[in-house]
Amino acid sequence: MSLLEIKNATLKFGGVVAVNDLSFSVEEGEVYAIVGPNGAGKSTVFNLISRFYDPFAGSFSFDGHNLLDRKADAIADLGIARTFQNIELFDHATVLENLLVGRHRHRRTNLVEEMLFTPRVRRQAHENREAVEEVIDFLDLQPYRSKMIAGLPYGVRKVVELGRALASGPRLLLLDEPASGLSVEETQDMRWWIDDIRKQMGITVLMVEHDMGLVSGVSDRVLALADGAKLAEGTPAEVQSNPAVIEAYLGAGAA
Amino acid sequence: MRIHFKTSYEHDIRLFPDRWTFLVYAALLALAFTLPYWLNDFYIGEATNVLIWAIAGLGLMLLTGQTGQASLGHAAFLAVGCYSCVILMEQGLPFILAFPLSGIITGVIGTIIAIPAVRMHGIYLAIATIALSILADDIIVLLEPWTDGVSGKFAPTIVIFGLEIERWTMPDRFYYLVLVVTIICTLFYRNLLRSPLGRAFAAVRDSEVSATAMGVHITRTKAISFGISCAITGLGGALMGFYAGAFNNETFSIVISISLLMMIVIGGLGSIHGAFFGAIVIAFLPQGLSILKGAVMGGNVAIPGLETGVFGMILILFILFEPMGIYGRWMKIRIWFELFPFARKDMFRRQKSYLKTERLR
Repeated sequence: MSLLEIKNATLKFGGVVAVNDLSFSVEEGEVYAIVGPNGAGKSTVFNLISRFYDPFAGSFSFDGHNLLDRKADAIADLGIARTFQNIELFDHATVLENLLVGRHRHRRTNLVEEMLFTPRVRRQAHENREAVEEVIDFLDLQPYRSKMIAGLPYGVRKVVELGRALASGPRLLLLDEPASGLSVEETQDMRWWIDDIRKQMGITVLMVEHDMGLVSGVSDRVLALADGAKLAEGTPAEVQSNPAVIEAYLGAGAA
Repeated sequence: MRIHFKTSYEHDIRLFPDRWTFLVYAALLALAFTLPYWLNDFYIGEATNVLIWAIAGLGLMLLTGQTGQASLGHAAFLAVGCYSCVILMEQGLPFILAFPLSGIITGVIGTIIAIPAVRMHGIYLAIATIALSILADDIIVLLEPWTDGVSGKFAPTIVIFGLEIERWTMPDRFYYLVLVVTIICTLFYRNLLRSPLGRAFAAVRDSEVSATAMGVHITRTKAISFGISCAITGLGGALMGFYAGAFNNETFSIVISISLLMMIVIGGLGSIHGAFFGAIVIAFLPQGLSILKGAVMGGNVAIPGLETGVFGMILILFILFEPMGIYGRWMKIRIWFELFPFARKDMFRRQKSYLKTERLR
């Protein structure tokens, strides 16, 4: 059984069909990329999985759990973490605090314990910190640990957001354009990290990305979307040479 | 120049980052506990007033500064705390039970009101909570059998294990009571900030969508924040009742709500210090102004609206020039000394206020 299975997903905004009868599945341990022109519905698929949107029709299951039974804030509990296309960090907090929020789903203490700061809360704080420090080591964020997000450059924020998702200890990582706005070197780093996330941490990655270099470098399978519907699916090379994909990107007659 | 050299995770968890900070706060605490030996009864009364405002301010700070929800209805919760404490004591409950209970009652009422209210954002929430402030007046009158309506109530004498505490005849004892409550509230607040819930508050304030993706339940978190905020404010309200001695439906008016909100903005949103700095300003501004007015124009000239005008002016100046309030200024001066002589002029250029209207700068 696949880790993430989406069947016949449809979403309409009024008369606009954002996602049209889309089915795909992501296997455990693979890097699966979604590509497509602007407005193809890539981010919408992410928002459907995160339960920010209610689908019009279709079924969404993750490791045997029906995602539609859950509200958006209960998705993280399953082990699904995500990043956002336009970075959504907590600006008035430090990098460390941002990463610690990623640990929220592991919170086991209640309000009264936290107000009294009992030894259990302190122990939990140490556990969370250790998990976060591993992520900081992995992503080389040491110099920024106690810096406020509001003062950090774009590239670093992008990495912090990846770190926050990793800190939650996910099984499935949704990356919404991890390389957008990054320099060539930063994109290269991102590529190695995604590789390591899959190989060392055993985390399944589903990503939306425009940078075909990154996509063909790291992903096992690629799904090409256009107008909310599946255009092609297969290995990066297969999808890139698919005539329908070339037409959607470059227009008819280009191929 | 001071350098924080961190050697364990405990450095980021403990209450005081280093020995120096610990000594500063220990000295401050020692000063606070010996204050009655230095000051006469009048100034002890003023210091008590500052601390009571600081408690109420801490309550609102948790909601507005940490969770980002503005409320102009906190006077209503001051009233709930005040009335519930006094009514419980009149029913024969000792103060030591009635007082925490009044905080819990206010917290529960606050949470119940919050569940529908926090679905509103920004200005709409502020307007909805204004309604709360206005309604409180009428509800107190309507509940006359319990609250004695317009004629008001007198605060009974507090007795803790046989020790009598009364604001007018023994201001020192009342001061110590308020001081202990202040310390407990501050400690609770500080503990929340360094635990997961406090971070969830900040997450909700800064980005609801990613907080949700991290597993934070937005409405529940806001409601809890509202609840704790109201509970602390309720405790402040109860003390305010005892401080005033007598109170009725008009004591906790919307003006108090507005002053509270202004106070935490002037003090510095999102910091514990801010609540205290703001409380000092709000408690001493009227005195300071009347002394100044007396010196400039003579004691018997009345200028209606002077206090409100000056207060409003101070608020506008802070929003324009120091969005982080007195605490922000304090921090900058401190950092200047800590980094001496390496502080740069533009170090805080990137600072932003909570108003998100200045993205293009």
